[in-house]
Amino acid sequence: MAGSHKTEITPPRWLLAELTYACPLQCPYCANPLEYEKYKNELSTEEWIRVLTEARKMGAVQLGFSGGEPLVRKDLPELIQEAHKLGYYTNLITSGYNLTEKKIISLKEAGLDHIQISIQASSEDLNNYIAGTESFQEKKEVAKLVKKQGYPMVLCVVIHRLNIHQMEDILEMAIELGADYVELANTQYNGWALLNRDMLLPTREQFEKAEAIAHRYQEQLLGKMKIYYVVPDYYEGRPKACMNGWGTTFLTITPDGQALPCHSARELPGLDCPSIRDMSVREAWEESDAFNKFRGLEWMKEPCRSCPDKEKDFGGCRCQAYLMTGDVNSTDPACDKSPHHKNILQAIEEAGHFSSGESPEKPLVFRNSKNSKQYL
Amino acid sequence: MTINSESPIVFSPLHRLQWEEAQQKHVILYPEGMVELSPSATEILKLCDGERTLEGIVNELEEKFETTGLQGDILEFLETALINGWITQN
Repeated sequence: MAGSHKTEITPPRWLLAELTYACPLQCPYCANPLEYEKYKNELSTEEWIRVLTEARKMGAVQLGFSGGEPLVRKDLPELIQEAHKLGYYTNLITSGYNLTEKKIISLKEAGLDHIQISIQASSEDLNNYIAGTESFQEKKEVAKLVKKQGYPMVLCVVIHRLNIHQMEDILEMAIELGADYVELANTQYNGWALLNRDMLLPTREQFEKAEAIAHRYQEQLLGKMKIYYVVPDYYEGRPKACMNGWGTTFLTITPDGQALPCHSARELPGLDCPSIRDMSVREAWEESDAFNKFRGLEWMKEPCRSCPDKEKDFGGCRCQAYLMTGDVNSTDPACDKSPHHKNILQAIEEAGHFSSGESPEKPLVFRNSKNSKQYL
Repeated sequence: MTINSESPIVFSPLHRLQWEEAQQKHVILYPEGMVELSPSATEILKLCDGERTLEGIVNELEEKFETTGLQGDILEFLETALINGWITQN
């Protein structure tokens, strides 16, 4: 806690509503918790409407319906309708799997503002392998239908060693499909992605080549297609300004009603995130220990405490700090000032052995019920 | 990218301009993003109705605020808006 220095609490602006952990895809870098099979008790429609109403009243305006796969929830149209009435800008973050034109039209009528479709690669074989599901042709078809129905169309491609060589083809595919935005998200190595890091982390050379291509397209397509390039923090030497500062902007609600300051925070030990089944969204946001724990700058240790960048990067990612140093309060090891930065360098070196073929390939651990049950 | 002074300017149908009570300001909303607007930026964007050209917008605002010489500032903002995709021209 922030002790006697009371940090000013700003209201949430972004609400990520993870409607369900169920998903037809099995991506090995999924951001859901490893033990997601444990959390079966999903919020009801009424509970979700309460969450949406309370968060909107506080000032949340961007709303992401996510998952798992949000289309699995039968009450999605109803929730979109409520959200629209409340004045949210509603984003559907989906695999596109099983999304028909009829459904795309009916969601628009319910008030949905935008659909983001994930594609795993620019080639059918690789897309289907990474997704663990035959879905490539369907995703491309859905992308065209989304565009046809007048939505802004966003393609999201998570980048890692298995598809990074396709950067140019991925961007050409985005142009061909008429994407208004493309999100090229270098994998964040938490959860499932950390488990598979040796097989997913690209080499520095691969990153630099891919980044140069992304920047070239950014310039060429200025004003036509917006390309968001999420930098790979392992190679930046600087940590990410995670969540724009803990408990300042982002609120995630999990399928079973936990309020999280970041969608991965569930993996932090002892954080004891509040459930909106026990309290209002306002109480969770303003008063819970979990949301106050890393609010402001008072919690920081050295080297963050005396660092001139502490108000820019807020000490980086708490989950990465915990997963790679064992201490949730330490500086994100992605920062080259961190005494644990060597752990990042070592991870890069180890992944390099797999990339070069010195170490034999490891099987990817796909995100599915069977694998999740090992973590219950 | 520059503003074509002959062609009408329209607020992008892929964006939403909305008053936010909690923030006491107008914002532009788009996929997973939000831009907070100053009152003058809001005034300009509200006139991007697909009928007015640059000149029409300048005249309207100079009249409304009983002033002159706004063209430079308005053009500068509209070029930023164009690059960001908030407005379009045919």
